[in-house]
Parts: sequence; C-alpha cells; structure tokens
Amino acid sequence: MIEEPFAVGNTYIYTLDPRVRIVFAVVFSFVTALSNRFPVLIAALFISILLVSTGRLKVRDVLKRLFVVFWFLLLIWAILPLTFEGEPLYQAGPITFTRPGVIMAAQISIKSTAILLVFMALIATMTVVTLGHSLNRLYVPDKLVHLMLMTYRYIFVIEQEYRRLFTAIKIRGFRSKTNMHSYKTYAYLIGMLFVRASTRAERVHQAMLCRGFRGRFYTLDIFKSTGRNQTFVLVMTIIIVCLIIGEYNLL
Amino acid sequence: MNNKQQIINLEGITFRYPGARENVIDNLDLKFFSGSRIGLIAPNGSGKTTLFHIIMGLLKPDAGRIEIFGQPVSREKDFEKVRRRIGLLFQDADDQLFSPTVLEDVAFGPLNLGKSKEEAIDISRKTLAFLGLSDFEERITFKLSGGEKRLVSLATVLSMEPEVLLLDEPTTGLDNHTREKLIEALNSLDLAYIVISHEYDFVNAVAPEIYKMENGQIFHDEELQIHIHEHVHRYGREPHKHG
Ligand SMILES: Nc1ncnc2c1ncn2[C@@H]1O[C@H](COP(=O)(O)OP(=O)(O)OP(=O)(O)O)[C@@H](O)[C@H]1O
Ligand SMILES: [Mg+2]
Repeated sequence: MIEEPFAVGNTYIYTLDPRVRIVFAVVFSFVTALSNRFPVLIAALFISILLVSTGRLKVRDVLKRLFVVFWFLLLIWAILPLTFEGEPLYQAGPITFTRPGVIMAAQISIKSTAILLVFMALIATMTVVTLGHSLNRLYVPDKLVHLMLMTYRYIFVIEQEYRRLFTAIKIRGFRSKTNMHSYKTYAYLIGMLFVRASTRAERVHQAMLCRGFRGRFYTLDIFKSTGRNQTFVLVMTIIIVCLIIGEYNLL
Repeated sequence: MNNKQQIINLEGITFRYPGARENVIDNLDLKFFSGSRIGLIAPNGSGKTTLFHIIMGLLKPDAGRIEIFGQPVSREKDFEKVRRRIGLLFQDADDQLFSPTVLEDVAFGPLNLGKSKEEAIDISRKTLAFLGLSDFEERITFKLSGGEKRLVSLATVLSMEPEVLLLDEPTTGLDNHTREKLIEALNSLDLAYIVISHEYDFVNAVAPEIYKMENGQIFHDEELQIHIHEHVHRYGREPHKHG
C-alpha cells in the first residue's frame, strides 16, 4: 500500500496551521538550496534534525526515506570528486580526487538531506488532502491542486489494480525468472495497467459529466486553522534570517 | 396512466460497441413514466449498463430516438440538461468518487448546478444524514470500504436532487443491514427510478414492476413478477393492491 506514515500524530508540529508549515518548508528549502557556506549548511541540517525530532517521527521510517536519496548521493560521491576540474586533494595512481569536487559533493549531500528532513517534518505530517487544500488557500490555482489530488486519488486505484493483476498472475503459479515468458508476462501486466488506467479515466470523466461537470472545479474550505502559530512563525523567521545573514556575511 | 408524465421514451434504440460483432442493444423500446419504479433483472452482459449510459448520453446509439421529459435529445448540449434531472449511480463506485473527502464529493454536483458553497455544503450534509452517513464527512473517499463507497456514491447522486434515479446494481458489496437501510431510503424517496440488480429480494422490496432484458430488448416480465411476488407473500397470484 501507498502509505502516509507521518500524516497523523499529536506532537507540536501537528497543531500548526498547514499553510504556515508549507510556507516555511518552502522558504527554508530555498534558503538552504541557495547557500554554499558550510557553517550555514550544517546549521540548516541541525535545524532540520531538530524539527524532525520535535515531530517525534519514527526514526526507522525517517531513515527508510532518507535511504532513497542515499543512492543518489552515493552516485554523486562516485562521480563528482573524480570528474570535477580543480586542485587535486588526493591522488591514487591514475585517479585524482579534486578539492572542488569533494566540496560540491559534500554541499549537495548536506543540502538534500536537510531539505528532505524539513519536508518530512513539516509537509509529510499532513495528509495529501490537507496539503492540497492548504495549497489552494495559498493561491495555488484550483486546476493544479485538483490535478494533484486526483493523481493521488487514482494512484491508489491503479495500485489496487496492479495488485489484483499481480495476484492473478501469482496464484496461477507465475514465478519471475529471466526468460521470455517472464518478460512477456511483465509486458502484459504493464500494458494491462495502462489500458485499465485509461478506461478508468474515461469512466471517471463520464461520472463527472453525469454530475453536471463543466470544466470547473470547486474547492471547499473545510480545513481547520489552528492556533499556536505565532511562536513557530517567530522562531522560524529568526532562524531563516540568521541563515541568510550567515550565508551572505551581512553583519 | 393519463396523469403520469412520460419521463423517458426510447424508440428503436440500437447500439453496438465499436469492433463488436453483435448489437448489444437491438431495436429497443422503453417508456418510463413519472412515479414509476422499475426493477431490471437480466444476466451479465445483457446490456443493462449500456442502456443506462445511452439514456445519460454517455454512449451515442447507432439508431433510434431518445425523448426525455418530452423533449427529443441527441446532442451533448441536450444531455447536459438531462443529467441535471436524472441521476446515475455507476456500477463501480471508484468511478464515481474522485474527490478527496466525502463532503467534497457529495457537494461536487450541487456546486456544478450553480449552488453557493454554503448551500452545497448544507445540501450535502442533509443528504449524508438522510443516508445515515453523517460521520463520514471528513473521511477520505478512497479509504472507505466497498459498501461505504456504494452509499457515499448514492449520496453524491442524491445531493443533485434529481427527479429520476438510474441505479446500476446498488446492492453489490452491501451487508444485510446496509441493504435494509438502502431499501428504506429508496422507499422513503419521492422519486421515480430504474434499478438494476441481480438480487430478487431487493428488487422486490424496492420496485413493484420488474423488467428483463433479452436479445438487446427490454420487456415487462409478468411471469417473473408474479413468481417473485408469490415468494414474498401468499396473495401474490390474486389481484390485489398494496397500501
Ligand atoms: N467498452 C466496451 N467495449 C466493447 N464491448 C463492451 C464494452 N462494455 C461492454 N461491452 C460488451 O457489451 C455487452 C453488454 O455490457 P453491459 O456492461 O451493458 O452488460 P450488463 O448487462 O451491465 O452486465 P453486468 O450484469 O455484468 O453488469 C457485454 O457483452 C460486454 O462484453
Ligand atoms: Mg452492468
């Protein structure tokens, strides 16, 4: 199943207005992404870890998600130090690790980890539905929000259909091997999934027509705004300002 | 029958799916009057769903005439008006529920009909309450069980306050208790409807007239009706009236 393991909880983070969380997650990410000085980046990483621990997210789930970027970072560490032009840092036979390459790889690693952690702490702690509604309240156009929500909605259905097809294959003794039969079966499976997804889309559209749909979506403001935001806004603003000052040496 | 208004009048409707060898609907005639409640029982693949989709203008017949509320309808524009007055419950609830929350999905129809947000929410709440679904408002549509999805789908159709309902197997996936609730709800509504079902008891409880489909045509099935009726109470064969 597609899960939202962090979506419900009762720690401080969850009491904050989703809009506030979205705005700060986005601003924080931009500031982090555009910073290059190590003290600033490490501070950002530290803050993101702090936020995740405030939310008391399950460490295992957090690590599981970080693992996804881990492979990407590994690739970067394998490529950048070797290919980046510049002052050599370490020489091992014909292979040279360049200083700017290593610095770049380190920056990318810290940035992506920090941003991912902040998104886990602030965004993943709401349901996708709440996220959609909040974005709408933040003046993201209806069409985009609905595109997102409907995609999310039908990913579930398509996933279910995939599972059904896959079970159908399995109960008839299919075992994945490297032979033509396996490849053909997988090709059928994927093809079937596409066909089903498109007929599904058509029927959903028909159902919408039956309910008077004429190309216009409406969003109901049904999500609740909560208090306790001021402290968070204040603290986060100070942090972000400090990061910017640190990065650009404004003092 | 004079004081009854003709709601749906199909004449010589013929339909064939592209690439199919036979007509699914073949020269079909159907007259449906206001206040009527019809149960449609026919085997799988006999074209029941197809017939509903033709009435709603989702499929265009290859031949024949469709008159709804006394007006001939053929173009998409005509059907837009039809869809405001006839509500179709789809066979698969996943097709019908696409909004994230139940309340939003139920309010989708009223909003399309030009109601304000407040009015739409109000109607939706009332509809949900009518079906005993008041607690469901904030539930996520795709995380409902199959039976719950079915009832919520019905709510999304009822919230448009239609004059006629076309129900495509409303009882699939319902437990006995929920089915009783549905029967009660249908009987307390002041609506004409056609209901497709494979469950004789259910059809008998909600529809006094039973039709069947055969060779792409639709017939009033008196034999089946008496037969079922007899099952249900012993005066089935005598002419009698229900209170
Ligand atoms: N999209 C389609 N393309 C081609 N053929 C179709 C399509 N949909 C249905 N059919 C065929 O048309 C016939 C009638 O289908 P329909 O869905 O109307 O049956 P039904 O009476 O609703 O059956 P059920 O009781 O199983 O719901 C079937 O033989 C089916 O195979
Ligand atoms: Mg059907």
